[in-house]
Amino acid sequence: MPYFCGVDIGASAAKLVIVDETARTVGKALRRSGIDYTATAEACLADALSEAGLAREQIAATLATGYGRDNVPWADARMTEIACHGRGAWHHFRRPMTVIDIGAQDSKVMHLDGAGRRTSFKMNRKCAAGTGAFLEEIAHRLDLPLSDLNGLAERSTKDVTLSSFCTVFAATEILERIRAGEAVEDIVKGAFRSVVNRIFEMDTVDGTLVMTGGVVAHNPFLATLVGESFGAEALVPPDAQHVGAFGAALLASERARKGEQPC
Amino acid sequence: MPETAKRKEFQATGKMKAVMGKYFTELAHGAEEGVKTAWCTSVGPAELLRALGFNVHFPENHGAMLGATRMATDLIPLANARGFSPDICSYLTSDVGSYLKGESPLHKMKLPGPPRADVLVFNTNQCRDVKDWFQFYAREWDVPCVGIHTPRAIGDLDECILQDVARQTEALVEPLEEVAGEKLDPDRLKEVIDLSRQCTVLWKAVLDTAASVPSPLTFFDGTIQMGPAVVLRGREDAVDYYEVLLAELKERVAGGVAAVGGERFRIYWEGMPIWGKLKSLSTQFLELATCVVASTYCNSWVFEDLDPDDPFRSMARAYSSIFICRSDDRKEQYIEQMVEKFSVDGILYHDAKTCPSNSNSRYQMPQRLQEKLGKPFLVVNGDLNDLRLYSEEQTRTNIEAFVEQLAQA
Repeated sequence: MPYFCGVDIGASAAKLVIVDETARTVGKALRRSGIDYTATAEACLADALSEAGLAREQIAATLATGYGRDNVPWADARMTEIACHGRGAWHHFRRPMTVIDIGAQDSKVMHLDGAGRRTSFKMNRKCAAGTGAFLEEIAHRLDLPLSDLNGLAERSTKDVTLSSFCTVFAATEILERIRAGEAVEDIVKGAFRSVVNRIFEMDTVDGTLVMTGGVVAHNPFLATLVGESFGAEALVPPDAQHVGAFGAALLASERARKGEQPC
Repeated sequence: MPETAKRKEFQATGKMKAVMGKYFTELAHGAEEGVKTAWCTSVGPAELLRALGFNVHFPENHGAMLGATRMATDLIPLANARGFSPDICSYLTSDVGSYLKGESPLHKMKLPGPPRADVLVFNTNQCRDVKDWFQFYAREWDVPCVGIHTPRAIGDLDECILQDVARQTEALVEPLEEVAGEKLDPDRLKEVIDLSRQCTVLWKAVLDTAASVPSPLTFFDGTIQMGPAVVLRGREDAVDYYEVLLAELKERVAGGVAAVGGERFRIYWEGMPIWGKLKSLSTQFLELATCVVASTYCNSWVFEDLDPDDPFRSMARAYSSIFICRSDDRKEQYIEQMVEKFSVDGILYHDAKTCPSNSNSRYQMPQRLQEKLGKPFLVVNGDLNDLRLYSEEQTRTNIEAFVEQLAQA
């Protein structure tokens, strides 16, 4: 049986998924992207092959995506993370939808029609507001492990508003809130709300609302807040952080079936 | 890079470099030869200035050179530090920075920087910034700064506007004669307007060859080839140049020669060029086998209304009809015609941070046109000159994803 590989080298994390020809995930990997994307991709492949019990020769085709998509020399094709997150989300829901992917360094909103074709998309402007980088900065300012943010935000009982667009200015606002004696969980929820507001002003939502990416995978409370803002339940597919890599593997499989040339 | 992804040079480009080189040399030596220099906005009354014997310098052309050579980003902060905000026109701030630091791309041509002006002449048909820009130099050198205040967001170009702009243009004659030290010769003005019109007709014909499928030229070629249409209109050498270029393009069309090998998609570029990234963007589109076939920008130096027999009114009409000073309704009609004429698959809007007048994605125009034309759009955030406002990676991904979307349709 042929297997297909999708590798998503993001700004912060590298994800790799191997699927069989029925689109079942048989192996996956997750590592920090680091500074040598080629080596990271190689290490991810070794991890996933080991988990799947496969040899490298059994991978029929690979498609690379993410910021480091051009740094995976063994990939047969490359596509943007916009295409891959859309394809991965479509696999799970198969209906007209709006996919919101919050990544470490950028956020994207994609609209898919009833056939899974993308009709439009938007990326955030050149700014860290509304991305995982913003939450990393906030965790740093509050001297908290990143993994604690979600639990803290969920426990918040009071709305604290951070009004600035700018990550740096928002961090300054946080210092003011600390001085004002606000509870840390309320400040964290305020930071979550700030991310959601940046997404809310990017685009409208039509069809089913779906969220993907590492930030929502680790902070599922964001999906609750996004749902509140848009007035619609935000669905999160399983293994949301790997959806881009999964979509890339599916696209590799589809390209192979169509006999498309490497690109 | 595959063979198909190589940019095809024009044989005529050598001649263009010679023509432009001659122009810059004349500008540099004007003062020592007793020729007065006028600075003129790029869509200002250049014909009037040439008819009065001025050498004409176009600071926006210098601004574009500062952007294309990527000198601008280092020079802009000098102007910012002296009170020109980073949010205003980065042509202005890079040009002022260039003046303050004494650095210019013209130095690489072994020429001094831009010539000192004896008079500065603006037309606010493009924006208010051109006036602020020229007034800075007028104060620096204690020379006159005169101009035309054209209304903005013009719908119908009615008699009222036409008369107003024509009278303002005519009113420039006296102060300009004073600086020039000579009277305006009406026959010379007719002659210059006639040459300007010939240039415009040829330049439009050059751009219109891109309606062929595949297109023989790209928007990126156009940004280079437009030099004479901007700075040499009203002169014989501009007409001569575009005759040569047009002949070469017709040969390309006849031979089915594509500017972008294997042309898959055709895109319209709305907004300013990103001067410091022309090469990388051109290469990316080549690799994606996608041709940016037409643009509002390159077509902004097409002045078909010029009429030698009606100089002032026709200049008023020509310079008040340009896209940038029209209402959104008129702009949308124009883009709609261009999309059809050039068989466009999608529209790219460049939202230039420091150029609101040339950024048409801010008041829902892309959404309206998409709904009307059924053509997808992409908005790229950047700037004409200030590369601090540009994200290479985000732009690359946006463009690639847009072409993926076109392919999927």
